[in-house]
Amino acid sequence: MALGLEASLGNTVLTTKLDAVINWGRQYSLWPFIFGTACCAIEFMSAAASQHDISRFGAEVVRFSPRQADLLLVCGTISYKQAPILKRIYEQMPLPKWVVAMGACASSGGIYDNYCTVQGIDTIIPVDLYISGCPPRPEAVLDALIKIQEQIRGESILIDRHNDFKGILD
Amino acid sequence: MTLKEFSTDMNAKALEKIKAAFPDTTCTTVLDSVVVDVQPENLESTLSRLKNDPAFNCGLLLDVTGIDYLDYPTPQKFRFHVVYTLRNWQDNLLVQVRTAVPDPQAGIATATHLWASANWGEREVYDQYGIRFNGHPDLRRILNHWQFEGHPLRKDYPIEKGQICYETDRLENEIRARLFENGIDETTMKDINTEIMFLNIGPSHPATHGAIRILTALDGETILANVNEIGYLHRGFEKTAENRTYNQIVPLTDRLNYCSSMINNIAYAKAVEAWLGVTITERAQFMRVLLTEFYRVLDHLVCLAAALVDMGGLTNYWYLYNEKEAAYDLISRLTGARLTSSFTRIGGMYRDFYEGWEKDLELQLRGIEKGIGDALKLVETNRIVHDRTQGVCVISAETALSYGFTGPVLRASGVPYDMRKDAPYYNYEALDFEVPVGTNGDIYDRFMIRFYEMAQSIRIIRQAMQHIPQGPINVKDSQVCLPPKDQVYNNIEGLANHFKLIFEGVKVPAGEWYDAYEAANGELGFHFVSDGSGQPYKLKVRPPCFYTMGGFHKMVEGNMIADAVINLSCINIIGGELDR
Repeated sequence: MALGLEASLGNTVLTTKLDAVINWGRQYSLWPFIFGTACCAIEFMSAAASQHDISRFGAEVVRFSPRQADLLLVCGTISYKQAPILKRIYEQMPLPKWVVAMGACASSGGIYDNYCTVQGIDTIIPVDLYISGCPPRPEAVLDALIKIQEQIRGESILIDRHNDFKGILD
Repeated sequence: MTLKEFSTDMNAKALEKIKAAFPDTTCTTVLDSVVVDVQPENLESTLSRLKNDPAFNCGLLLDVTGIDYLDYPTPQKFRFHVVYTLRNWQDNLLVQVRTAVPDPQAGIATATHLWASANWGEREVYDQYGIRFNGHPDLRRILNHWQFEGHPLRKDYPIEKGQICYETDRLENEIRARLFENGIDETTMKDINTEIMFLNIGPSHPATHGAIRILTALDGETILANVNEIGYLHRGFEKTAENRTYNQIVPLTDRLNYCSSMINNIAYAKAVEAWLGVTITERAQFMRVLLTEFYRVLDHLVCLAAALVDMGGLTNYWYLYNEKEAAYDLISRLTGARLTSSFTRIGGMYRDFYEGWEKDLELQLRGIEKGIGDALKLVETNRIVHDRTQGVCVISAETALSYGFTGPVLRASGVPYDMRKDAPYYNYEALDFEVPVGTNGDIYDRFMIRFYEMAQSIRIIRQAMQHIPQGPINVKDSQVCLPPKDQVYNNIEGLANHFKLIFEGVKVPAGEWYDAYEAANGELGFHFVSDGSGQPYKLKVRPPCFYTMGGFHKMVEGNMIADAVINLSCINIIGGELDR
């Protein structure tokens, strides 16, 4: 039962907002890039394996090329030695892109408050979502995925996020 | 003669022998090792004799570490010392050679010409302590980045002083030097028909299972030279440990080899208890054996699951990894965590098994056996697997020993060294199991050895399940273990005892010692320096896969690039343990 403009166009045309339709596509086909460095990567393996099955959320196409990915999952501790690589990987990902910091180390340095550990990856790249835990359970990864999907639903495709981000390496 | 007496007797004999051979040095026995103090000028001759004299035959250089005595309560003549830990695995002889370093800038003589493992070991000492090794072929940083200034494990380096790295090391000189060493000189490289291509695998690459950088120089797909860079997951374990009480370090050990976290917990607790002179209860010993072997199986499951994915066999991942995932039910119920268990305490375990654990564990073991069986059906007689792994990335026993390999990777090369047999602890000598040994030292052997080891571990678990006695799991020693909660809540002595142990930590007598454990990847050792307080003055880990990675180029040079990928997965490099 169409109303307004749609009513006069017959039943072959559906009108919607561009934001809504593009974001609908984006949120259910996230292609994650796993920047797995430490223990959290093992829990990501669990999230991807059959019991938790990340493909139920449309994000099972794990890419190891940043150019094919739009969700950067940083699983594990980032050291200062690793930092420039993380930044470069982030820059190589095409827009739009989202970043999830998985676990205590990626979020804040975790138990490693010392000379070699970056105290949270948000000092290097912009982060959209943080997952707590050391390491987080696979369910927490799935939860983060759903949260990112919700965030994408509310975004405008015309606005570039994080344009003004400045990290310690910029 | 009991085993304990036998080993004390062995030690006394070894001490006599070493004393006779090196009359001008001070020799003492510390736990299972003989410690030889030498003058820096005698270091090289001592090490050389210990390695080459058939009476000592120390074929394995396990570890090299530095010590900074700046804040040590007993003043030392020289601030820096270096310790070499050697082992003759056939005769269960463990020797530590200590020397003072009068001037770190002037340095001491290198041991790289005696053991190849000294290369990375000494590089780490240089990186962390700034002690130079004269004659070292490639003395540069290894764990910290190249733009780092200062040496973090020196006592005057503040722990929180991070240094930003802006750019990754190019490694151009290193790969060229390696090419040159392999007989490829500038003229060949400039020759238009040779066309050497430089290819980086990692630090962020699916094949690296973490963060390692493998730089290769290729002729077509054949690797002519290979240089590896590690340290991307250097998280400052050792410096952090110096600022924690002994029990607070247990969670840090979880994160060394996070695929088998409990083995690290146990190895660490055993090392501290050895020096405290605490013998844990029978039940705790059995628990530790059981859990070690269970985690060994889990570790091998993850390694094989990932390795077979790298080879293109994704199905195996489900068969093997699902069993690991299923095991988390039991582990969660037992420890309250999935991956990072922190289950040991100095003097025992965090808690006892729950009611009905035997049934759960037996069910788990059957599941694992089925998973292994299913996976083996796919790979054991699979032509593709055989073609890709047999005779590929071979390393001889001699080279493997020289690079300090231990564990399954060494045994795949035909060296039957396994601490559970050669230097047993926790009643391993009373358990009936075999140590699988390879013949060729190729990828196939390294794969299959893990399959066979899992079967043996399951055998051990079943025996231990039968014989585990009832009883307490913690020693009754108020200086070591926390009092029961009803005493903490109901009387002042218990409360004071609890507070003192938590705040000050377990007081460990001053001294230095090394203790090792057969972990899933090989010999996991801990070298402690204690100043008598509740926190270690220094704690060095001897990680098995650090030295395995040190010999990686020896395995892959001359092979194809795709072989390097599966070789990396079959040696089970775990970043947390590699870089600490």
